[in-house]
Amino acid sequence: MRLRKPRTIRPPSLLAIVLLLPLAALADFQFPLNLQKPVTIVGREIYDLNTVINWICAGIFVVVFIPMFYALWHHRKSLGHQPHHFHENSKLETLWTIVPFLVLIGIAIPTTAVVVDMKDTSKPDMTVKVTGRQWKWEYEYLGQEVKYISTLATSRDQVNNKAPKSEHYLLEVDKPLVVPTGQKVRLVFTSADVIHAWWVPALGVKQDAIPGFLRDAWIKVDEPGTYRGQCAELCGVDHGYMPIVVEAVPPAKFAAWMDQQKTQLAEAKAAASKEYALAELVAMGEKVYKTNCVSCHQANGQGLPPAFPPLDNSKVVTGAIEGHLSTVFHGRPGTAMQAFGPQLSDLDIAAVVTYERNSWHNKTGNAVQPREVAALRK
Amino acid sequence: MADHAQTYYVPPPSHWPLVGSLGILTLASGFILLLAKVAAGPYVMGVGALILIYMLVGWFGSVIREDRAGKLEGQVDTSYRWGMMWFIFSEVMFFGGFFGALFYARVFTVPDLGADELLWPGFVAQWPTAGPGLKEQFTPMHAWGIPALNTLILLTSGATVTWAHWGLKRGRRDQAKLGLILTVALGFTFLCLQAYEYLEAAFTLKTGIYGATFYMLTGFHGLHVTLGAIMLTVITFRVFAGHFTPESHFGFEAVSWYWHFVDVVWLVLFVFVYWL
Amino acid sequence: MEAVLHDSHHEDHPTGLMRWFTTTNHKDIGSLYLWFSLLMFFFAGTLAMLIRAELFQPGIQIVQPQIFNQLTSMHGLIMIFGAIMPALVGFANWQIPLMIGAPDMAFPRMNNWSFWLLPVAAILLSTSFFVPGGAMAGGWTMYPPLYIQGGISYDMTILAVHIMGLSSIMGAINIIVTVLNLRAPGMTLMKMPLFVWTWLITAFLLVAVMPVLASVVTMLLTDRHFGTHFFNAAGGGDPIMYQHIFWTFGHPEVYIMILPAFGIISTIIPTFARKKLFGYTSMVYAVAAIAGLSFMVWAHHMFTTGMPVAGQLYFMYATMLISVPTGVKVFNWVATLWKGSISFETPMLFALAFVCLFTIGGFSGLVVSIVPVDIQLQDTYYVVAHFHYVLFSGSAMAIMGGIYYWLPKWTGHMYDETLGRIHFWLTAIAFNVTFFPMHFLGLAGMPRRIPDYALQFADFNRLVSLGSFVLGASQLIFLYVVVKCIRGGAKAGDRPWEGAETLEWSLSSPPPYHSFTVAPEVK
Repeated sequence: MRLRKPRTIRPPSLLAIVLLLPLAALADFQFPLNLQKPVTIVGREIYDLNTVINWICAGIFVVVFIPMFYALWHHRKSLGHQPHHFHENSKLETLWTIVPFLVLIGIAIPTTAVVVDMKDTSKPDMTVKVTGRQWKWEYEYLGQEVKYISTLATSRDQVNNKAPKSEHYLLEVDKPLVVPTGQKVRLVFTSADVIHAWWVPALGVKQDAIPGFLRDAWIKVDEPGTYRGQCAELCGVDHGYMPIVVEAVPPAKFAAWMDQQKTQLAEAKAAASKEYALAELVAMGEKVYKTNCVSCHQANGQGLPPAFPPLDNSKVVTGAIEGHLSTVFHGRPGTAMQAFGPQLSDLDIAAVVTYERNSWHNKTGNAVQPREVAALRK
Repeated sequence: MADHAQTYYVPPPSHWPLVGSLGILTLASGFILLLAKVAAGPYVMGVGALILIYMLVGWFGSVIREDRAGKLEGQVDTSYRWGMMWFIFSEVMFFGGFFGALFYARVFTVPDLGADELLWPGFVAQWPTAGPGLKEQFTPMHAWGIPALNTLILLTSGATVTWAHWGLKRGRRDQAKLGLILTVALGFTFLCLQAYEYLEAAFTLKTGIYGATFYMLTGFHGLHVTLGAIMLTVITFRVFAGHFTPESHFGFEAVSWYWHFVDVVWLVLFVFVYWL
Repeated sequence: MEAVLHDSHHEDHPTGLMRWFTTTNHKDIGSLYLWFSLLMFFFAGTLAMLIRAELFQPGIQIVQPQIFNQLTSMHGLIMIFGAIMPALVGFANWQIPLMIGAPDMAFPRMNNWSFWLLPVAAILLSTSFFVPGGAMAGGWTMYPPLYIQGGISYDMTILAVHIMGLSSIMGAINIIVTVLNLRAPGMTLMKMPLFVWTWLITAFLLVAVMPVLASVVTMLLTDRHFGTHFFNAAGGGDPIMYQHIFWTFGHPEVYIMILPAFGIISTIIPTFARKKLFGYTSMVYAVAAIAGLSFMVWAHHMFTTGMPVAGQLYFMYATMLISVPTGVKVFNWVATLWKGSISFETPMLFALAFVCLFTIGGFSGLVVSIVPVDIQLQDTYYVVAHFHYVLFSGSAMAIMGGIYYWLPKWTGHMYDETLGRIHFWLTAIAFNVTFFPMHFLGLAGMPRRIPDYALQFADFNRLVSLGSFVLGASQLIFLYVVVKCIRGGAKAGDRPWEGAETLEWSLSSPPPYHSFTVAPEVK
């Protein structure tokens, strides 16, 4: 052997200390180690399955690596251990092929039951259609005519470190999905643009929302509460900014909430037939812009060219109202510009178009009215 | 022959791979410019294609010279045989991807869309289709016109190339020449009929999943027939130039294997794209 | 012998740059692959450092979300196609002819082209950062419809993938033919070193699946530019169809990256245990079984797409089965160590770390094969942890171990053992500090591919980032050791490892320009 033995084992152990020091310093911090506490049947089954499998893996790990580390310690050349020349032992080899196989069967049986349970979306008490959009969720209570968009409520200032971060930073929305507790809610998923994934860990549901196709899952939440999750499939720039919040409330409270939604819907319809002043529209439009447009076109209207063009001094924005309105309403197929017609109310679209036409260097003075948007719906 | 390991032919350093890489870089850059709608794109692509053709001519030219000098015998010949077989296998897998898309669309996607009353009400699952969103009416290609004739043509060409091979093996070079000329002629006839079919077609690449799978499968097949026919032409010239012996003619065999492969792909195409 | 020298003018090959551009020598080409891989490793590693810097704390500090997505996408793509795969092909080029007693690869000229296509692809990928809209940001898996929305760099990526695929297919054909046709007399298939076996099977996987990738990215291209509707429901297509075809390539691809690593480990462990591999035959069958299963399990990457129950169950059972042959391999390595005469040189340290850490990756793989559990873990940091345990502490650490193992043979010099060990310990510890906490992040609910995260993930992320910076910096030691070893050092002799028994150690170090001009007899 030409190899020099290392003089000491100091470098590795020194290193270990250096690396472990920051670990010790971090001891007071928050280190969640397991799945979130589940609040549905499926969620609990998943939690238990995960625990069992981890223990099995840990057991196998110990059984396999005790002999290995024993060999590494006792059968060292530096101890003068001479190699024993043996190889191939069909009994042993058969054993270590069959035993893992049996363990797998042991895991597969309870798992199969959970899979079947998880996929059983039959006989729901109610159905909610969930549509993923870049970068927000739309909830539609099928058969109830209640439909709304749920977007991130955390301000951009928090993201850009210009404001302190709130408790539920990035996990808060303007309008959560509200479901009654103790009822089987079937969720059907689709998407308006790219693939998203609707995921709320505590509910044990993660389902891709696929454009043009329907997929479903079900939940039956045990206890009232607020459960938070996020989009789990890369869906573009703001993939990290489309959270999901589910509010589970007792059935009576849910019914009251549903009535309130219907009242609001009727009010919004009435509001759309009114005539608004320029300043009113600009003020409303700014809010709509901040939730729907700002991530691409930016707060200063400069966009992120070339994918996201500027609106400031844009020919579309300062040109004819019809063209501008149509772009917002129908989107630009083949680009990231979505059709906002199906997503926003007439008033919202009128307001945001007015805002864009009267902000930054754009000074058209036009006040676009909701009825002009309503005309596009026909 | 001496011990094979001692005479395994290791070619000298060669600049052809480098030329090939430059050709591909130019071709790819040109294509990207074309897609970005830059006017120079097609010209850059043209230059890239010329470099690539120059490389192919030069590289295969040196292989032919090595072959003529008897360097590609014995174990090297076996290598070439294995190499060609695995190359054809990779081509099979390439078509496999597109056939996979066709089968997946027909077996899973279209029935799924047809069953979806919430998103696509009124869409009836059937094949062929342009999909629920396009609402396009079109006449699909019928199997028993030109495609059936084309099947006959390709099968015949498979027979003629085998007949030419028999001729070569038995030293009847006139039979080999005639067989090859017939094969090349049949190949080009096939291509002309295919081009005619494209011109007459009542649907395009954009006609939903049917148009997409139809044109991509037949298009890539047509491209392979074109390549095969060009290679057969080269082989024909080589036979006329007196290349190949009854014992050693791997260049011929490789091309005829390729031709049979193109043949088989067509049969599968005919059944699943045109007929069923 | 005379014939070879005379015919091919090997002794007067060009010098300088032209030597490398025109070479038909398997060792030169092997070195080119390895250097290319190292360059790409540092390039994609730098991207990873930027990712971790941004994730050091919540909020957006260093890069905007759009750039962040470019970083993650290109990090994955370049590590896979630019670093891991070329490194393994580099090993194949250097070692296969040496280990089977061949004069060179079966198609030396094509071998050269296989390599020189890679820089073309690398040029396309690296310049794509500077085109309007920046680099591809759709994830290395390139899922439509998101991919359809992208700019010009997305087309550059597709073409780069085509070119790398072409390179891989040619390289794989070359390897298959070399192994099948150029073995020394007496070396039957079942006498081949296990490294050669793993590469033979890997090469088969490559030839089988790279064309499938080429076909599916072609469909992406035509969907983007030529109006086809492969992945658009309105035209009767399906975005999920892309995922099926992609993972038909993608899952075997995972084994393409790990099987040769198995081969390297199965070479190193017997050498430093000074004992034959325990079950050679069962190892060969296990590799073949893993390769066979790899074609049947692809949809386990897609459990959350919502397959029917039967589909989910089938893909779950098939995936679980993979742990049987994988277990056989781990048991064999442990049995090989048992009652050996073990010493701990750097290659052995990497091999032992591989056995432990790869097994952890294998276990987390078993966990995510369980459909209901995968529903919680799919697209979270748990998956990121899982595939870094199999790809970094698996493939990459096997590659590093292999480099230390064969560097004396390739250069004729011993590497610096002390620095080698420092590199090992830094890498192994920093690796675990970086990737082990990611399991917890995933369990706690942190999705992958996000530039910013909720506050409960902050502390683990800071730890992970710290670990990753150490991990990244330690690789500079590796670069230094390799360069130092090439430039000089103690003479290695023909057989620096007394336990090494494969054919390459019967040659001088470094080996002669033609590896075996006279085929050795294998008994």
